[in-house]
Amino acid sequence: MSAISARNLSFTYAGASTPSMDKISLSIEKGEFVILTGPSGCGKTTFCRCLNGLIPNFYSGKLLGELFVADVNVSDKTTAELSKHVGFVFQNPENQLFSLSVERDVAFGLENLGIPREEALDRVRWAMKSTGIEELREKAPYELSGGQQQRAAIAGVLAMKPSIIVLDEPTSFLDPRSAEEIVKVIADLNREYRLTTILVEHRLDIVSRYANRVIIMDDGKVVLDGTPSETYGEQARLIGIGLPKVTTLFHMLRRDGIPLRTNPITVEQASEELSKVLQQ
Amino acid sequence: MISVNNVNFRYPGASSDALTNVNLQIQNGEFVAIMGENGAGKTTLVKMFNGLLKPRAGSVSVDRVDTQDKSVAQLSRDVGLIFQNPDHQLFAETVSEELSFSLRNFGFDEEVIKRRVRNISTALDLERYLDSSPFILSGGERKRVALAAVLAWDPKHIIMDEPTIGQDYLQKDRLRNFIVQLISQGKTIVIVTHDVEFVAECKPRIVLLSKGTVIADDTASKILTDVEMLTKASLVRPQIAELMHQLPALGENPGIIDAYAAREFLIPRLRKADQTIESG
Repeated sequence: MSAISARNLSFTYAGASTPSMDKISLSIEKGEFVILTGPSGCGKTTFCRCLNGLIPNFYSGKLLGELFVADVNVSDKTTAELSKHVGFVFQNPENQLFSLSVERDVAFGLENLGIPREEALDRVRWAMKSTGIEELREKAPYELSGGQQQRAAIAGVLAMKPSIIVLDEPTSFLDPRSAEEIVKVIADLNREYRLTTILVEHRLDIVSRYANRVIIMDDGKVVLDGTPSETYGEQARLIGIGLPKVTTLFHMLRRDGIPLRTNPITVEQASEELSKVLQQ
Repeated sequence: MISVNNVNFRYPGASSDALTNVNLQIQNGEFVAIMGENGAGKTTLVKMFNGLLKPRAGSVSVDRVDTQDKSVAQLSRDVGLIFQNPDHQLFAETVSEELSFSLRNFGFDEEVIKRRVRNISTALDLERYLDSSPFILSGGERKRVALAAVLAWDPKHIIMDEPTIGQDYLQKDRLRNFIVQLISQGKTIVIVTHDVEFVAECKPRIVLLSKGTVIADDTASKILTDVEMLTKASLVRPQIAELMHQLPALGENPGIIDAYAAREFLIPRLRKADQTIESG
């Protein structure tokens, strides 16, 4: 049983002449950490909108094919029902936080689901602990740094106990250190709770080390699908994917005839291989 | 020239200064990146350049005119500020109206307006959206509309707050080339960013802000390899600088921060090592 399974999934927005997503077939297993990337307009956002039923419930257009999320057929369910299974975190945490305290914000979704008070409190505490913001519970969201706000947004989603979390460029507003911390929080949640994680991201430098799989879309189709090291090749570069700079460097050196064996995705991997060659 | 002299600023009701004793001179035609942690005061500083904020103590002048003596509308003719969040700037019903709005306000005639809107929309890949509402575009596209709307009136000094957020690699590459083109026309370009990989490729002068104070002001090569300074501003070394640092066989990093320079530097050394193996 897969966490997500799509068969020939296509969607054409009302008024558009070509499909934004064109016969996507893929399955994602429980506990996977998947980076979904591709140039603007490649269809990745459209795919994510299907996962919680925003398509077809809120965006009109023509949806074809099948999509199962957590074993339910998405087209039968409302976005509210799907939100129990699929949590969304957006680019800008300010759009997701609105209460007077962090704790209220984290509890908001649970209250809407009608979860009993005791259980809700337990879940809120657990979610705040898992994201490392327990000491911020009384703070107002506007008193928090960008990184803390994004943690609060993730905690709010986590409290709903989804089996799948979709994050749309969750670090782009954050400075690099806060961004690294957020990505670590996400990776820990993925490992600890086998939370199926789909990270939509352009900045592959900081996220690649945590993912077991990269799906690259272009022009509405899945064009590459594999481990980061397998997918970060010549084809990805030609599509215009911003590969990690160490990967790019290795591609250049190889074109210059330097015999390098690996396709590194992290600085550590690159430095290990280069050191070996240099020390010989 | 933009000249910031002993500037202090505190937001009403805040308990501490957003800027403390900031001094900075930016020459006409210079390319400068203002970097620092979330909340370092970067946006506050650039809002002084077009008079949106006026210093509480000290002075800011643009081309020798004190910003205290001018309105934002007067200053904006020479200083174009593109906000981080395009939604704070966009309001018109179509992209085309958005791009022509300020030109009309500045009293350009219709022929000129038409030509400029055409040129700028081609340069920023927006032609096909001219009749669309800015609000149906993606975040990255809306950012380009906001940039185009300011560039349309051709200000002398162009200030971009976080221009790379939400842009894919191709768009960033295009932005980089566009900045080079503007600099070659003699424009002053100031970007506020925490995108260390983008800065490593463009190599502007970097002004590093932390907690409202300028803590360093130097070349990109110097600052992006200085881990102590970067840490203070919650930044990290770009991948290539980190890699050079992790290759002890090469000694100290001679200021290499991008893949092209790394390739030039590494190839002779790798070839030499390779030949040693072959001959041995």
